[in-house]
Amino acid sequence: MLDVSGLACSRGERRLFADVGFSLAAGEWLHVQGENGSGKTSLMRLLVGLSPADAGEIRWRSEPTPSIEFRRDLIYLGHHAAVKEDLTPLENLRLAAALDGIELDERAAMAALIRLGLRGREELPVRVLSAGQKRRVLLARLLTRPAVLWVLDEAFNALDVAAVKLLGELIAEHLAGGGMAVLTSHQPLPVPGGKALVL
Amino acid sequence: MSAFLATVRRDLLLALRRKSEVLTAVFFFVIVTSLFPLGIGPEPVLLKKIAPGILWVAALLATLLGLPRLFSADHLDGTLEQMALSPSPLGLLVAGKILAHWLLCGLPLVLLAPVLGLQFDLDASTLGILTLALFLGTPLLSLIGAIGAALTLGVRGGGVLLALLVLPLYIPALIFGAGAVEAHIAGLDAGGHLSLLAAMLVVAGFFAPWATTAALRIALE
Amino acid sequence: MRQSIIHWFKFASPQSFYPLAGRMIPWFWAATAAFGIAGLWISFFVAPTDAQQGEGYRIIFVHVPASWMSMFIYLVMAFWAGLGLALNTRVSGMMAQALAPTGALMAALSLWTGALWGKPMWGAWWVWDARLTSELILFFLYLGFMALQAAIDDPRRADKAGAILALVGVVNIPIIYFSVKWWNTLHQGSTINLTKAPSMAQTMLWGMLLMALCFWMYSIAVALTRVRAIILERERHTEWVKHAVE
Repeated sequence: MLDVSGLACSRGERRLFADVGFSLAAGEWLHVQGENGSGKTSLMRLLVGLSPADAGEIRWRSEPTPSIEFRRDLIYLGHHAAVKEDLTPLENLRLAAALDGIELDERAAMAALIRLGLRGREELPVRVLSAGQKRRVLLARLLTRPAVLWVLDEAFNALDVAAVKLLGELIAEHLAGGGMAVLTSHQPLPVPGGKALVL
Repeated sequence: MSAFLATVRRDLLLALRRKSEVLTAVFFFVIVTSLFPLGIGPEPVLLKKIAPGILWVAALLATLLGLPRLFSADHLDGTLEQMALSPSPLGLLVAGKILAHWLLCGLPLVLLAPVLGLQFDLDASTLGILTLALFLGTPLLSLIGAIGAALTLGVRGGGVLLALLVLPLYIPALIFGAGAVEAHIAGLDAGGHLSLLAAMLVVAGFFAPWATTAALRIALE
Repeated sequence: MRQSIIHWFKFASPQSFYPLAGRMIPWFWAATAAFGIAGLWISFFVAPTDAQQGEGYRIIFVHVPASWMSMFIYLVMAFWAGLGLALNTRVSGMMAQALAPTGALMAALSLWTGALWGKPMWGAWWVWDARLTSELILFFLYLGFMALQAAIDDPRRADKAGAILALVGVVNIPIIYFSVKWWNTLHQGSTINLTKAPSMAQTMLWGMLLMALCFWMYSIAVALTRVRAIILERERHTEWVKHAVE
């Protein structure tokens, strides 16, 4: 489904990586590893189509990316909080869905927030939540946005033990349902199996 | 289309939570126009003559005031990235943001202009033309300004650079907008000026969201 | 497909363009000198004194070509910028960047000589006439383009952002050009009119055309020199530049 070949990227004069290739089929996930500055985040941004590659090719369902279909199948959570501080978690979820052209009723949004352990916080402005809780608001999008490919950059940062375990479960459920995931992190991840890519 | 409306709703809701930012531009408009009589003198004939130019320049600068915020907040918290990766076309979302910017920074100026025009002793029909010209012109300012805002996103000294890029592009709008009012005061037909303003608005309406989207994608790289 | 484009645009790669530009530059300088000498000779010694404007009119031999070039260079710059955006060729962006200062110089020269001409003709250094004003806007557009490129650190992003700005600005060029017809003001009508009989002596026209060619050659020579400098700066870490500089 996802086929990557010959990917190269440089920042300024420095070559970050070259000839990176992998492929993922339904139910598989990839663990991208590397030291700080080895280009993990750059690879993620290339992969989702935010920045162009110096060389190489990314194909999704045998079609070159970025395509509308790829974007429909993709969810990317990066370093940023990507939530609006002045809105409540509920508003954040529902507006994000609306921007993606998805109808999301309040019950479904509430269910996602409750699953992420944010019961009772749904009507507070995100501004007053802790860093870990903000992260959970973002992670709730994994439940409200139907996507096949999850690209999560350092998604386990700022999460407590319970949340790390929860995210591991979410990813495992996603994979069991035929999904795919590309994850970066320094630590071992609480997800079984998976291919490894070291930059 | 629903994504477009959702963007407008989202930006309006955000502005509602931070009212001060919207009101700044409006107060700026009021204060600047009120400063001119103090600087020039209270002579009604002179004030009436320069009123269209003053109101238009003030509207131009007031719109400029809100532009750096158009994309920078979304850029900083990463929601812009999410928009760029959304299945909805980015151009549609950008158009929504531009419309929201006009509703917040442009429309209040249009509504205030007749009141401020009274300070300059403009009669009722002139006030009508002024309001109509601003109604056609301020969306044009938002559209053109959005390109500049996207180009200077995350760039050093972005605010000043934005003014340098955008103000020259505003000049045709200024000329025809103020020209319409001046023509009317001189007893001529303002229709030609207004038509040109409307034509420019149509062209910018097609062209600007596209250029803004391209500039945003470059800024996100 | 990609291969064939690279083949067709062989000189679109900085490495092959650099020596080519180096070989062309002396020829353009020679042409600049030849056209310049001929043009100046005609404009100072051959062209007759104008019946209404006296000797002062001779500044148009600089003013008019400079105005033409300032507008033309913007079009060329936008063309290169658009090409770079569409085909992703690196030299295109560099060409656009190299042309901007020359275009700004031409616009400044046009404004300056316009003021010098205006003083004896209209009795004022500056009049808010349509074409002078459009020239001033064009000058601002050049400044904005250069400021934007200078403010962005990553040259690739600077090229692309500049390209969009240049293309947006190029929409203004027709407005500048047709503003002569839109506004009826102090300035004389367009000095050269292709459809009607020329309103000036034949020799004046020749002088102006020769000077325009001189400015044209100068702009090309300077832009090529500048593009060579930009190539060296951006490609300084590559092997071929190290060899080329030795």
